[in-house]
Amino acid sequence: MDASVQHEQATIPDGDKLSSVMQTIAEHKGCGTSGGSGKASCGSGAGENDLPPEIWEKVKNHPCYSEEAHHHYARMHVAVAPACNIQCNYCNRKYDCANESRPGVVSEKLTPEQAAKKVLAVASTIPQMTVLGIAGPGDPLANPEKTFKTFELIARTAPDIKLCLSTNGLALPDHVDTIAGFNVDHVTITINMVDPEIGAKIYPWVFWKHKRYTGVEAAKLLTDRQLQGLEMLTERGILCKVNSVMIPGVNDKHLVEVNRAVKSRGAFLHNIMPLISSPEHGTVFGLTGQRGPTAQELKALQDECEGEMNMMRHCRQCRADAVGLLGEDRSAEFTTDKIMAMEVNYDIDSRKAYQEAVESERVAKVVARQEELASLAGQSSDIKLLVAVATKGSGLINEHFGHAKEFQVYELSTAGAKFVGHRRVDLYCQGGYGDEDSLETVIRAINDCHAVFVAKIGGCPKSDLQAAGIEPVDQFAHEFIEKSAIAWFKSYLDKVNSGEIQHVVRGDAEIRQGALISAA
Amino acid sequence: MTLKIIASQCTSCSACEPECPNVAISEKNGTFVIDPKKCTECIGHFDEPQCAAVCPVDNTCVIDNSFPRYQPPA
Ligand code: SF4
Ligand code: SF4
Ligand code: SF4
Repeated sequence: MDASVQHEQATIPDGDKLSSVMQTIAEHKGCGTSGGSGKASCGSGAGENDLPPEIWEKVKNHPCYSEEAHHHYARMHVAVAPACNIQCNYCNRKYDCANESRPGVVSEKLTPEQAAKKVLAVASTIPQMTVLGIAGPGDPLANPEKTFKTFELIARTAPDIKLCLSTNGLALPDHVDTIAGFNVDHVTITINMVDPEIGAKIYPWVFWKHKRYTGVEAAKLLTDRQLQGLEMLTERGILCKVNSVMIPGVNDKHLVEVNRAVKSRGAFLHNIMPLISSPEHGTVFGLTGQRGPTAQELKALQDECEGEMNMMRHCRQCRADAVGLLGEDRSAEFTTDKIMAMEVNYDIDSRKAYQEAVESERVAKVVARQEELASLAGQSSDIKLLVAVATKGSGLINEHFGHAKEFQVYELSTAGAKFVGHRRVDLYCQGGYGDEDSLETVIRAINDCHAVFVAKIGGCPKSDLQAAGIEPVDQFAHEFIEKSAIAWFKSYLDKVNSGEIQHVVRGDAEIRQGALISAA
Repeated sequence: MTLKIIASQCTSCSACEPECPNVAISEKNGTFVIDPKKCTECIGHFDEPQCAAVCPVDNTCVIDNSFPRYQPPA
């Protein structure tokens, strides 16, 4: 693979993106020493008390699996696996695998040797980098040599890094023993159906044992292999997460059944992601006008499945070469040219010390949240509402409204503050709209929220938000998210009880369809 | 005959390369190409040309009419 050709395509950031990268670099420098904040457990993300101890031990510092860890730990993906063995109607293979990434994203392809060097370089620069994932740009198990060679090189030089991989499952049963042999303890399988009739509407074909299968036959093969692979992994004690893409009118109702099927086979987490499809991605669904779900539809389905098992709501559909905390991407700092020129000094002990410091911070933060929650005790109300939070990480309200590329959404009730998702509003995806439009986009994206918590906000957007019925809240700048949200909710309840304000139910919100095509 | 890859449509995903029973496919300048001297249309190996079956872009691995038909050895 000629990396230099891909490289130009994938890594030239536009101005906005570059400045956001610079910003995250600056922020990272202070990360280790900041008194920090955050929280220990979020309902949906499953905290320490919700999971069996052996699973908690495995996921507690894995940003993709533990909602609370994603505030503190970083992951990276390396794009060593370009080929795929199936076709999904929401994927255009000019871009990365849409099961793990947003459609329309192109990653820089690497050889296993380049990938291993990159991992070491990143891990030495970002001590909270604990997880390496291989998720494409195609299917890692359709490229077994490249995938396992990369794992082998990393296991040898950086044994403290957790390995994980994501697959469509078709080739999974053939590789389970190799996966176990490399101590890969987390595998993600994308399962969109367990009924081949439904599958035939999602997958036009699969390639298996030298033959292309189509229609129901293809879907039957895929679902059998996926479920078999899932069973084989969980039997061997390997953690399995299941991703599902919610496609309204195709598999939305059916995903409840999928949830049951994967839970009974031992999957520990189910991540339901919205279909992202727009015509410019050139996917089948994009061209047929198949819509994605709204924020409320997605949340309703996640809520329905939650009784069954842990749901994951913080997935960002990262790109296959993402680097950094979820929601940020520092991959531009680590292009092939830069890594190959880097002197890497991998120091396991200092990484360990850093991670221990993060752990003790995390414990301190639970206390703050518990205290605030205790003060809610005795209040009883049926009111449940959503608020949006502008954050750069560490569980703090520490982002400027105008700089936010995404908002985290919390559901508030007398039971406390529960993280239920995030909304992307990244401005650099929009390709040349004015500020007015982008404010409207933000409002549409958080339209179902009663308030938005920010570190700072200008006068203009403030009054526009108020006009849209969303209260801008900046008095909790740089404080803990959950603690602040609960405090605000208490005063909201007081005002409702005293008749000062009336509680009204808010409408639905939009899920952003734009992908990072500006970088392509 | 042999198959050829329409370079402008190839995504360089590399899926075809390991599937070819004759090792006829390799990468050149960022896209993949078929060596017409090695390609047998998969005759004698599989029921369908493997490169075409695995390629994610329809009509990208196609019959190249500028070559004579492949003659399987008797
Ligand atoms: S598994 Fe991923 S790469 Fe393969 S077709 Fe589906 S979305 Fe695309
Ligand atoms: S048709 Fe068969 S032999 Fe010819 S290039 Fe394709 S895979 Fe190779
Ligand atoms: S499978 Fe198709 S798109 Fe992929 S490298 Fe081969 S010819 Fe190109």
